[in-house]
Amino acid sequence: MKHLFFGGIHPKYNKEMSTGVVQFQTIAPKQVVIPMQQHIGAPCVPLVQVGDTVRKGQKIGDGEGLCVPVHASVSGKVVAIEPRPHVSGRNVLAVVIKNDGKNEAAAPSIPTTDDEILHAIREAGIVGMGGAAFPGNVKALSAMGNVDTLIANACECEPYITADDSLLRTYPERVLSGMMILAKLLKPQRIVLAVEDNKQKAIDRLRDLFEQYPQVEICVLPTRYPQGSEKQLIQAVTGRQVPGGKLPVSVGCAVFNVSTYAAIHRAVVEGVALTERIVTVSGEAIAQPQNFIVPIGTPFHDLIEVAGGLHDRTERVISGGPMMGVAQSDLAVPVIKATNSVLCLLKDKNGAAENPVCLRCGKCVGVCPMRLQPLYMYRFTNAGRLDELRRLHLMDCMECGSCAFTCPGKLPLVEVFRQGKKLLREADAK
Amino acid sequence: MKLTVASSPHIRGNFRTNRIMLDVVLALLPALGVGIGMLGIRALWVTLLCIAAAVGAELLYSLLTRTRNTVVDGSAVVTGLLLAMTLPASVPYWLAFVGSVFAIIVVKALCGGLGQNIFNPALAARAFMLLICPVGMVRYMALGVDGVSAATPLHHMVMPALPEESLLDMFLGNCPGSIGEISALALLLGGVYLVVRKVISVRIPAAYLGTVAVLTLVFHKTDAPLQWMLYSLLSGGVMLGAIFMATDYATSPATAKGQLLYGVGCGGLTVIFRYFGLFPEGVTYAILLMNACVWTLDRYTAPKRFGAKEGGAR
Repeated sequence: MKHLFFGGIHPKYNKEMSTGVVQFQTIAPKQVVIPMQQHIGAPCVPLVQVGDTVRKGQKIGDGEGLCVPVHASVSGKVVAIEPRPHVSGRNVLAVVIKNDGKNEAAAPSIPTTDDEILHAIREAGIVGMGGAAFPGNVKALSAMGNVDTLIANACECEPYITADDSLLRTYPERVLSGMMILAKLLKPQRIVLAVEDNKQKAIDRLRDLFEQYPQVEICVLPTRYPQGSEKQLIQAVTGRQVPGGKLPVSVGCAVFNVSTYAAIHRAVVEGVALTERIVTVSGEAIAQPQNFIVPIGTPFHDLIEVAGGLHDRTERVISGGPMMGVAQSDLAVPVIKATNSVLCLLKDKNGAAENPVCLRCGKCVGVCPMRLQPLYMYRFTNAGRLDELRRLHLMDCMECGSCAFTCPGKLPLVEVFRQGKKLLREADAK
Repeated sequence: MKLTVASSPHIRGNFRTNRIMLDVVLALLPALGVGIGMLGIRALWVTLLCIAAAVGAELLYSLLTRTRNTVVDGSAVVTGLLLAMTLPASVPYWLAFVGSVFAIIVVKALCGGLGQNIFNPALAARAFMLLICPVGMVRYMALGVDGVSAATPLHHMVMPALPEESLLDMFLGNCPGSIGEISALALLLGGVYLVVRKVISVRIPAAYLGTVAVLTLVFHKTDAPLQWMLYSLLSGGVMLGAIFMATDYATSPATAKGQLLYGVGCGGLTVIFRYFGLFPEGVTYAILLMNACVWTLDRYTAPKRFGAKEGGAR
């Protein structure tokens, strides 16, 4: 049975821009900048010192609590350990490694028992690679025995991005194998790979492998943003709604991105740590849009250079997609584990109005996948009415931007909602 | 290179305020065309005067208050045009002028401008005009005969009796009435255009017209219920009101359920005012009264938020 999630929009996808190049080009940066914080949770503490020689895949940072380690993504010499610009906009402590080009790899280790597999997922530094970057082992552990549905998220509903698509076209067996590894741990009744119907080549490749992985159900969903959002995807696949403030496990579901499954496969079957990922470099402002296999820590400007450089009138460079990504000011920021795209955009001709006005047209209510009322959230945030914001459940907003995309008055809705949430958090902290 | 650091989303849809306003104007053109064709060239002069006065008032207000020039959003054109649609072609020019200025300055600008007004500017202005010069607002001309006033179909229905015109004539617009309200066909064409262009949803017009249909069918005043219902739908300003006035964004609910209730309320009040009111027509006051309920309707018809559904969890 098929379900639909609430609301949603149909932006122009522009995915064909970056799917022309079939062969991945692996980037060999001169230097990598590896932030000690690439996940939700506690930052890592460096395990190396300036001057040390490291191998590719060697653990160079780790920590206690909600934390996964980080690894050298190239072999070479540690030249600096200092705060560096980070995609979050803050400076974050990073280990800088000068690439010697030898790619000397650390020795792999292959786990067998459940505990060993969970440990291997942690030791490989695996986080949710769809953007949230939640430690993979912690999510898997909390889902063990508590879920009946295991979902692989291949929706990639943000325009322009084709990283997951190209992963599925090139290495579908890694994803399916990763799914079977987690299925062995979590023991779900249903194993679903959910993909939107605008990725026909990837779907064909997955169906070719059906006989090897008969337990995996390929669920093809009608393309609509934000289908790849965890809660919306669960609704689309199972019809269940994750209650506000709760996790997917509360409705018996666990969702991981396809890139995360591929990383789990590599960690468990090949014994290789998460040191590289597929990144889409695309947008109207880049000369040769394409997907690359990128060592973690590669600065954005290196990637942009390999993709032919920026247009003179580039307005924004975004880490992530055009709907939810973060605009960058400094192109020295490195690719981290959750970076699926470096998007280079010219000025949007539909962009913000000089003086945004709410017409009360109500389009925002119709497109909100969380069934909220953006027009009133906007008005009451501007009025500082926290009681109204609580009644309107502002905190349920996931900032998907569907309302702002649709708004004919071009209101800065998402921006204002972030301010409103901040007001609420500050009030609750008192 | 200077990179812009701004909040997501970094792309936007091509839906724009002035495009919406242009669509509304386009949707009104068939009805205006029929009005000019049937009622004479004076209908055009009245319409142009209303638009010019509304735009002029908007411009003057922004100059005097030193605020942003809001003429470019096109809403003043729509307000002037909508007001003209509700007027008899014989309306005194001075009255049309005063009404247009009142709509823009008093009803819209003084309430905070576009999107902030509580009452539909065109209808509130019409109510004001009825108050200050009733004679100028209720004198309708016979078709094709200069200077002879005529009873509109609604005047017959007050008696109560079925109008002289055939249903087909009323559907096409071959009857006396206000400039923009006489042809149901032209108004429906405009309505379909607005729905197709996703400017309005069908909820408010459908609920409004449906309620009028049901109530006039059940509480018919002549012994031909079906004909009474059809005449009720085709006469006066119901079509214009349901499709173009009740769907005004600023003065209608934003939630789906709220829009349905609002449409039902407009329809119910229209019939009540027509049956028991002082004037033959009740559309203006029905919509204005429902305008006042919009925020309350929105508040109590908020969609059930994601995850709040019973049995949402496993």
